[in-house]
Amino acid sequence: MHQQPETNNLDQPHANQNLFTETPFVGKKRRTEFMAKGVFFLMTVLMVVPLVLIVFYLFYKAFPILSIDFLFTNPTHGMRAGGIWAALLGTMYLVLISLLVSAPIGVLAAVYLNEYARDNWFTRIINLAVVNLAGVPSIVHALFGVGAFVLFARMGRSILAASLTLAIMTLPVIIAATKEALNAVPMAFREACWNVGASRWQTIRLIVLPNSISGILTGIILQVSRAAGETAPIMFTGAVFFKAISEGDVFAYGLFDQCMALSMHLFTISTQVPGVPEALPYGTAVVLLGSVLLVNMLAIVIRAFLRSRKKW
Amino acid sequence: MVVGMEKPKKKIEISDLRVIYGRKEALKGITLDIFENEIFAIIGPAQSGKTTLLKVLNRTTDFVPGTQVKGTVKIDGENIKEVKNVYELRRKIGMVFPLPVGLPLSIYDNVAFAPRAAGIRNPGELNELVERCLRQAALWDEVKDRLDSLGTRLSGGQQQRLTIARALSHQPEILCLDEFSIAVDPVTTMRIEDVLKELRSQVTIILVTNLVQQARRLGDRTAFILDGELIEIDSNEVIFSNSPGNRMTYDYVMGNFG
Repeated sequence: MHQQPETNNLDQPHANQNLFTETPFVGKKRRTEFMAKGVFFLMTVLMVVPLVLIVFYLFYKAFPILSIDFLFTNPTHGMRAGGIWAALLGTMYLVLISLLVSAPIGVLAAVYLNEYARDNWFTRIINLAVVNLAGVPSIVHALFGVGAFVLFARMGRSILAASLTLAIMTLPVIIAATKEALNAVPMAFREACWNVGASRWQTIRLIVLPNSISGILTGIILQVSRAAGETAPIMFTGAVFFKAISEGDVFAYGLFDQCMALSMHLFTISTQVPGVPEALPYGTAVVLLGSVLLVNMLAIVIRAFLRSRKKW
Repeated sequence: MVVGMEKPKKKIEISDLRVIYGRKEALKGITLDIFENEIFAIIGPAQSGKTTLLKVLNRTTDFVPGTQVKGTVKIDGENIKEVKNVYELRRKIGMVFPLPVGLPLSIYDNVAFAPRAAGIRNPGELNELVERCLRQAALWDEVKDRLDSLGTRLSGGQQQRLTIARALSHQPEILCLDEFSIAVDPVTTMRIEDVLKELRSQVTIILVTNLVQQARRLGDRTAFILDGELIEIDSNEVIFSNSPGNRMTYDYVMGNFG
């Protein structure tokens, strides 16, 4: 054991003189750090600028038409005047019904896949299918909706058929997001519960779900904007060019009615109808954006509330 | 321990236990008996299968995909593979693992978790149980005024004692401690060791430890496991003497390897 003792700087009386002078290496390190931070900050600004511009531009163009009346009256004069009530209500119906279907199914399926399923070829195929379905273009979901709901299940072109098509579209993403949230709960918690004789379900109910609910809700609510914004899946399954409904009545649509929708309305008045005043499509876009932002805001509030109760 | 005066009752009988994770054989044919109300210490270097042995006992190896358990393990004469009520089996065994796991619940709920999971709802009964377990784990005095604050906010040593309280909360007949003192300061370790000595009259204790001295202090008998094989099992007088049955045991205990 005749190792040369390491020179320990702290023990050397003269070691301190180097402590506050900058060596070339430290200088380089400091400059690199500064540059790295600068680049990251620049990218963040770059990302925010178009976002802010879009919102301002939309509001600027839509300003002349925005009013409470715009929200609560039907389009008139062959879509060239009036409001967007029928489309707004239609979108609400579609989003709400599709989530009522896809959220419970998606969350429960994800719980099974993450908490119960063993890792075998069957579950691997299911997981693969979920991932791939999440990447399928919405127009393909539309064709499936036409075949399965409109024709085969004889729902006809209706709110129900369109909602179910949207539900099929959002389902894989909800499953993926829920699995992610469940996965974030440390395995040690589950093991601790199993060790004291708790069943899997007791563990899920008492520990896993309460600690992943904020992530699950975020995943679900993010799908609201997707369901509200997609045109393709509803175009062939239940949304129509024009339908007048009684203004101000939130129960104006029935399940088997056809409906208007904001996304489709925006599409038709910007491309299919000549002579629409410029403010109309911008106004529609603002309402679509605004309602999505409203829902997202709600999600953020709920999440902040649940996070504050998060316990580790 | 005086052998031969009265025949101690066998609590756990393990014969030719093999555990295979995928391709890796973690335990390669272990045969040993553990008697009622003894402190049975298991020593051996890391990765030698000590923790696996504990996980076999309460069948949490079921949760590890691709695990094969061969051989027989009997607790109170019952083969654990044939146990119908596996939750009851797990309640019979208290488990404490190296890193403390406070559940994200209040201190009270942490301890009341197991009784509640077993269907005990009576508040009076729960209160009494929680207090007794926290006292046994030497934690009561520190937390009695804040039982509804979060268990996860406690310090590491306190959380480990909370874990011990939880392990006691389902009134186990066997208490397994796996390196319980890793995250605990020496003073607390000594307090827990005192607790273990007291508990000995009520439960059978299996103590897996890296601290050879701890095994020597607490154990009645000690098993030395190396690489999934049982090298030696004997009373502490023999294991920690100058002439244990196996040279490797002597080297390990003396710190010459491992």
